[in-house]
Amino acid sequence: MAKSATLAVKDGKIRSSINALLADLLSKQVVEAVLVPLAHPAGNNVVQSLVTNPDYLEQADVFAPVMPVNAGRIIQAMTRLTPANKKTAVVMRPCELRALVELVKLRQAQLDNLYLIGIDCPGAYSVSDYPKYAAEKTSDDFVKAAWNGKDDPMLRAGCQVCEYPVPLMTDLTIGSVGQDLKKQLLLLASTEKGEELLEGLGLTAEEDSQAAAQRHTAVDQLLNKIKETREKFFEQTREEIGGADKLATVFGPCIKCQNCRVACPVCYCRECFFVSPTFELEAEKYLGAAEKRGAMRMPTDTLLFHLTRMTHMAASCIGCGACEEACPNAIPLLKIFQLTGTNVQKLFDYIPGRSLEDELPPTAFKEDELEWIGEK
Amino acid sequence: MAEGNNGFEPKIIGFLCNWCTASAADLAGTTRAQYPPNLHPVRVMCSGTVDPVYLIKSLLSGADAVMVGGCHPGDCHYVSGNYKARRRMAMLQNIFESLGLDANRIWTRWISASEGPEFAAAVREITEETRKQGPNPLSTDWAL
Repeated sequence: MAKSATLAVKDGKIRSSINALLADLLSKQVVEAVLVPLAHPAGNNVVQSLVTNPDYLEQADVFAPVMPVNAGRIIQAMTRLTPANKKTAVVMRPCELRALVELVKLRQAQLDNLYLIGIDCPGAYSVSDYPKYAAEKTSDDFVKAAWNGKDDPMLRAGCQVCEYPVPLMTDLTIGSVGQDLKKQLLLLASTEKGEELLEGLGLTAEEDSQAAAQRHTAVDQLLNKIKETREKFFEQTREEIGGADKLATVFGPCIKCQNCRVACPVCYCRECFFVSPTFELEAEKYLGAAEKRGAMRMPTDTLLFHLTRMTHMAASCIGCGACEEACPNAIPLLKIFQLTGTNVQKLFDYIPGRSLEDELPPTAFKEDELEWIGEK
Repeated sequence: MAEGNNGFEPKIIGFLCNWCTASAADLAGTTRAQYPPNLHPVRVMCSGTVDPVYLIKSLLSGADAVMVGGCHPGDCHYVSGNYKARRRMAMLQNIFESLGLDANRIWTRWISASEGPEFAAAVREITEETRKQGPNPLSTDWAL
């Protein structure tokens, strides 16, 4: 097992204990910058921010139940052209880390000089729902309630059926699952970089600690419970959307704004086919196509857009639900993409965001596989 | 042209690899092999160039079935294009199955340049199967 240390929860306050730890990273010059969600001064949002002055980390709130942007996208914006030139710790949710791993494999982001700190994630609310929660409760209340096994119907669609609420690939995990949150959090180093962080903070790391074993057991239980939830969810989804008629109903409200594509952290093409001149046609083409069937929905190609996007990124879909959050007309995109994505991933025994070594299914092949394709 | 199944004549769009299946189609022609005229061939340089978007677009705009024809696995003119095509076809079919759409309207055939009779047989098979399935519901819905 990996090395771990514990972080004492001072006066029972989780948020400020984590913030003190992050501030230490900067003041002890273990890293030169931290990417972390800071509470927006207006109180209505918590936004990923790049911090170099430790004073600002008082505003950090890593468990605040809101995820306005998948931070994989933010690291992509930061490191696509050049890798980080300063040691930077990034505090991210498991789905954000998984998106980042996919983006690295797609050559859209670079990990050099980044220290990946993942949290056990109790989920988040929609940006529009967050202020209601924040007016009454704190992120400490939220994380405590979440691991007590309470189902929360207000969670974002993606979070309700999240497959991996614990990080799959990090340098350091801030573990809260299976911990006595009044007393302590677990700091689990899974790489040398992670150990470097613990060392820099002056924390003694031990192998096979009891707290790590407790988390391990609790995580297994959590993931098993999730498996059952997801089975039911897939069954229900197949009922709801299966077949051409139901699919047409589901996409009825689509205005082809393509917000889902823009918000998706793994839909990475710089120039999307669907905004290319391929779809800039002369009037006669539209009129001719309409004449063939008597009527044609405008703007055209709504279902083509969604199906094509699925074939392009289903293998890398991490189920964060950013697509559904971005949809102005509440199309259940997360459901649809999780159903198709998970099945495609099963086909190739691929878990997006698990490791940098697993090859992206659409770019790789084996000679002896899929023999039933092309069979007479 | 109308015959059988209330006069339904399936329309099939085939994306055929230049080096194998398209040559096989030529051979079928020059050897006067008989096959139905329902396949509309599109010659591509490699089955690996066929993005699923072309197949979906075909199925949404009038095709009753689509076919990708490439070299036999291991024989790709560009070394590995057809292996990638195979993954894409598997993915596309898998997605159609997940969504309850007709995955059996999506065909793949590996036919080498010397297999003219096999090409004719494939076109016969796909045409007959599609005729049995009837018109593709996606191709006539104005609201999709």
